[in-house]
Amino acid sequence: MSNRLRSLALGLVGATAVALPAFAVDLNVTCRCVIGGVNSATAQWIEESVIPAFEAAHPDVNVVLNQFGGEDAQLTQQLALDFSTGAGPDVTAFDGFLIPSFVEGGLLKSLDEVAGAEVNDWSGWAALSEGSRALMLYEGKYYGIPLGTDVRMVHTRKDILAEAGIAADWQPTSWEELLDAARAIKAIKPDSFPLQINAGVAMGEATTMQGYWLALLGTGEAVTDENGKFIVASQGILDTLNLYKTVYVDEKLGDQRAQLLADGRNRSFANFRDGVTALLLEGDYFYRSVTPEGSEFAVANRDQVQGWVKMPAKEPGAGIRGQDFVTISGGTGFVLNPATDTPKEAWAFLSFMNEPAQLEAFQAIQPRITARTDVAIPNSPFLTETSQTLLPLTTARPNDPSYNAVSSEIQRMTEAVVSGELSPEEAMAQYKSAVTAIVGADNTVSLL
Amino acid sequence: MTTQPITTAPKRKVRNFALLSNRAGAAFLTPAGILVAVFVIFPFFWVIFVSFTNRTLLGRTALNPEFVGLANYLALFDPNIFFQRGQFGFSLILTTQFVIASALIGQALLGLLLAWLIQTVPAWVKRLTETFVIAAWILPEVVIGFAWFAFLDRDAGTLNMMLNAIGLPSGDFLLESPFWVIVVFNTWRGAAFSMMLFNSAFSSIPPSYFQAADVAGASSWQKFRDIAVPLIRGHIVTNLILITMWTFNTFTPFLLTNGGPSYRTELVSIYNYRVAFQDFQFGKGAAVGVIMMLINLAFALVYLSLGRKKKVR
Repeated sequence: MSNRLRSLALGLVGATAVALPAFAVDLNVTCRCVIGGVNSATAQWIEESVIPAFEAAHPDVNVVLNQFGGEDAQLTQQLALDFSTGAGPDVTAFDGFLIPSFVEGGLLKSLDEVAGAEVNDWSGWAALSEGSRALMLYEGKYYGIPLGTDVRMVHTRKDILAEAGIAADWQPTSWEELLDAARAIKAIKPDSFPLQINAGVAMGEATTMQGYWLALLGTGEAVTDENGKFIVASQGILDTLNLYKTVYVDEKLGDQRAQLLADGRNRSFANFRDGVTALLLEGDYFYRSVTPEGSEFAVANRDQVQGWVKMPAKEPGAGIRGQDFVTISGGTGFVLNPATDTPKEAWAFLSFMNEPAQLEAFQAIQPRITARTDVAIPNSPFLTETSQTLLPLTTARPNDPSYNAVSSEIQRMTEAVVSGELSPEEAMAQYKSAVTAIVGADNTVSLL
Repeated sequence: MTTQPITTAPKRKVRNFALLSNRAGAAFLTPAGILVAVFVIFPFFWVIFVSFTNRTLLGRTALNPEFVGLANYLALFDPNIFFQRGQFGFSLILTTQFVIASALIGQALLGLLLAWLIQTVPAWVKRLTETFVIAAWILPEVVIGFAWFAFLDRDAGTLNMMLNAIGLPSGDFLLESPFWVIVVFNTWRGAAFSMMLFNSAFSSIPPSYFQAADVAGASSWQKFRDIAVPLIRGHIVTNLILITMWTFNTFTPFLLTNGGPSYRTELVSIYNYRVAFQDFQFGKGAAVGVIMMLINLAFALVYLSLGRKKKVR
């Protein structure tokens, strides 16, 4: 009997005898991860380590991983619409900053509400580090288990910096020094786009986090003030937008097209790989997941040519809390579908993948900054160095249900400036009216 | 609500040749009536209702939407931002330009031209032309969307390869002139319909008219202007209204440009999609939908009244 016939026959048997124990429970897991594509290591980890081990321990559960290859925003859109109709995967990867808006919209429930009080007895909670615990926490309740946190910096091509006569121990201390380095490279390579600061709608949250936030924090401001009100007009916003204008419009130090095209983020990665871009503002994710050997954007001879520097404030001491250098952290993890048919099994899977045994298997595939303190980071000088230097300087995004919508407006504001459509002042005025419409005038503040 | 479509049917008492009694007829119509009510009439009123609330998919107003009266409509027509890029007024104007350029000028004119030209060519040329034009019309939207995207790509697009081959520089069409890209695209896409409609309209003109004109020594342009166009005027009006409605509502340009860059190709249908399903503002999105519905209703009324006039004549 051919395979197709056999599977057809099995399917018929399965359909007619639903009580068959072997098909008792199906679990669907989704992540924005594709083996050989985006976040390949995560997909590989779940497919090759977590699922076989889990199925061995729970023979009556059949786990399927959906590898989602689209953009972050597209997965968010799909999950929001799925969850609102009671559909969607049982367990899914989730970016922590979306939790408040999903929870307030009734699209996520706390873990103990979905899977029962036994969730609170899980031994792993005590092992989470203080900072990472907050990543999946909202109003005192856990909505998922955080996998890890991250930090952001300027990734550099040391070979190109050297060509432009920049010292090997170069660390810019102001935006001007960063721009000067880019200008020096542009001078010897007129066709290159030395500096990449994410902008535009297509890159989604990567624009807000890696681009806008990293610059804005260097002006001493954040997206919200100390009372949690959204800042809609300020010198910091103008300075940030003018930085974008300098880079993409006035001096063409950055690749404008990459900010406007749908696959722009991948183009920015390709630019770095090909040496078109020498200074790229990204998270440690870029080192961990984008440029390792064997991946699509692998940088040849990486240990020699790829380096990093801290993102400087606009002027020394002008950064948030008076800092000289700035960075920002987010975090991802996995959450449970509130409408899952099999909450117990879904929780069993979620907690199973976050046990040290599985996390260590993940570390073996791709070392990262883990959420659990009892999982060691394998010898990775890059991660050790960056996390020790940058975690003390870091900032988190506001835990606000409107943040996601405001973030979209930030992306539009940057796009309007880098495309040359609007001046920074006009773009900020548009941002102001859009954000006021979202959160109401009472929740905004103007610093000008 | 369910019986409405049924009671309207035997309105004019002409002569009832029904095979079934009224009651049996009603029984047979009920399932269809229920389907129409559930999937057409209820959503219609639901959208109108939602447009008066601030309902969203995410955030606090998802579970507890408030009645906001006309606030969504007032926000759409707020004169301070109405004409700003990415706002309703901007996309409405853009859509009007798009309809004029791609439907009225592009599709109708090109269709008319093609239909006239293939009247006199050998039969095989006519059939070949029809095949190609209709192929452009029947291909699935997603397929041609992707094909055009690939065709126009700056780095590896077919169009740029052809331009380079004859010594012309490459163009970055999707980013530099996105509006003209979607105009050309929609013209290409829809010209087939106009061509077929005009073609059959021309065929309905008795050949003797043209033969008589030939004897009198009329040029092709004179025959077109003085015989063909006046005789198919009704078809032209019908065609213009139909393609205006279709073009007004089209969403396919989204596949080429995503409504961007910087809203430069954000037609109202794409604006509506963004507000409702990317920003998840259902209330405001519903308000846009209601306005689009009203505009379509106006087109439809014109169309129906024309059809009625023709019948009376």
